[in-house]
Amino acid sequence: MKILVCISKTPDTTSKIAFKNGNTQFDDAGVQWIINPYDEWFALVRAIELKEKDPSTIIHLVTVGAADCDPIIRKALALGGDEAFRINADSNDSYYIAAQIAEIAKQNQYDLIFTGKEAIDYNSAALGGMIAELVDLPYISLATLFELNGTTATITREIEGGEEIAEVALPLVVSCQKGISEQRIPNMRGIMAARTKPLKVVEPAAIDNLTSIVNFELPAPKAGCKMVTADNVPELIRLLHEEAKAF
Amino acid sequence: MSVLIVLDQSDNHIKKSAYEILSYGSKLAAQIGTTAEALVLGTVQDDLKSLGKYGVTKVHQVNNETLNHVDGKLYAKTIAEVVSQTNATVVVFSQTHTGKSVASRVAARLKAGLVAGAASLPDTSNGFVVRKTVFSGKAFANISIQSPIKVISLNPNSVSTVLTEGTAEVNQLNIVIENSKIKIIAVNKITGEIPLTEADIVVSGGRGLKGPENWGVLLDLAKVLGAGTACSRPVGDAHWRPHHEHVGQTGVQVAPNLYIALGISGAIQHLAGVNRSKIMVVINKDPEAPFFKAADYGIVGDLFDIVPQMTAEIKKLKGIA
Repeated sequence: MKILVCISKTPDTTSKIAFKNGNTQFDDAGVQWIINPYDEWFALVRAIELKEKDPSTIIHLVTVGAADCDPIIRKALALGGDEAFRINADSNDSYYIAAQIAEIAKQNQYDLIFTGKEAIDYNSAALGGMIAELVDLPYISLATLFELNGTTATITREIEGGEEIAEVALPLVVSCQKGISEQRIPNMRGIMAARTKPLKVVEPAAIDNLTSIVNFELPAPKAGCKMVTADNVPELIRLLHEEAKAF
Repeated sequence: MSVLIVLDQSDNHIKKSAYEILSYGSKLAAQIGTTAEALVLGTVQDDLKSLGKYGVTKVHQVNNETLNHVDGKLYAKTIAEVVSQTNATVVVFSQTHTGKSVASRVAARLKAGLVAGAASLPDTSNGFVVRKTVFSGKAFANISIQSPIKVISLNPNSVSTVLTEGTAEVNQLNIVIENSKIKIIAVNKITGEIPLTEADIVVSGGRGLKGPENWGVLLDLAKVLGAGTACSRPVGDAHWRPHHEHVGQTGVQVAPNLYIALGISGAIQHLAGVNRSKIMVVINKDPEAPFFKAADYGIVGDLFDIVPQMTAEIKKLKGIA
């Protein structure tokens, strides 16, 4: 079985967000880069678990990004994964990224393509759906449980107000979230092995960016918290009802 | 040229998210000098012509049982067909569970630029630029869509709904739908609870409640407000509350009108799940709790003392015994 895991580089969850160059670029001064948590803890770990169950499984990792993505790719290889592809392009357009990955997918006939639920920097949650459409596969998003029985997957996924359990034949695309697996720490053996695992840099296919970022904005600063004393709870309720009209 | 608005449905009814995108799509259509039409997939039984009061001139329906469950591939194919039939140049979704997975497929199929997580109407004064939330709600990005067809998925609770006097023409479409390759074995709805992503008010508890046995004060407040209940990550991890209540960066993202946080310190990862709330109220005994910096209203004190008083006061206000 062959699994493709899509990973991306994002700022660490505690990063202070700032912009530079007239608010046209993210200011990465002092930012710690990590693998997007949904990609690492859920998409990648679940794939590794499937490989542990069936050692003949091959796991490929793919990222669309510049050379500064290599450290997080090595970290992902340290957790697990046999080989990585980095498509040497920088883009914020979901279609561009999905179409580049779809090119890799078309060349490799994967049984499963895993992504994280969304990237914590751009929050579009679009990658999995776009890849699925471009390679004409079923797509199950927001999977909280994934079981494989031969070539049929049984997947529990989150829907509004509950969950749905579905059976789908491979091949398919799945976006993964909490519940599907637990975060892991790479061990020394994994880190050593990652150094010699193949990381292939691929030039991008000729694909259009359909969107582009004009600029960024920070939210207007909050007016400040209106504090009410603990002995005056009715005042809080009055403010919420009359001033904030919150209920 | 028209705006096509794709409405979420479940159990034969249109979902709450639909009303907001109907208004959004209609306003957008007026802005670019065209009309807005809606699309409903599945055996929805609601009065579709009354949706005209949100500003749409037509509501199309593909009344096919196979579409009652969301099979993204079938949805994308059907929606693309309707886009072609209606000459739609903008397709609007709600950035809900369904919207996220379907909008992306539709955009890829039509080779249409997608802005997922839009926060407001586009700026069409010079091109087509849509503002969306980024960095888990810590900032906004203005995104230009360059393709002829544009897909927008709107964050719920971003724009107000506006009612007019109109009615819509209802059009039943005859589109052949293949069988789904996704076999649904079970659907488990959480009954007796308001889904967090749809709740107008959310009451959330953290470690300050000290244990699952103490959740009564929170539940009483939630009940009197008709609120959904949520919790912080440590509470979810400790199994004090069910997983689906965990709000935060790696949990549920909510955008209610009112978010009340009890005994939650307000770590950045928690805020990333709640920062689109219109009003945030924090009750915490630690005056240094970072949450107070992000909140609109706050009380420093013992929540076990304060929250029952809040509940009693709200009951008084609502005339409940």
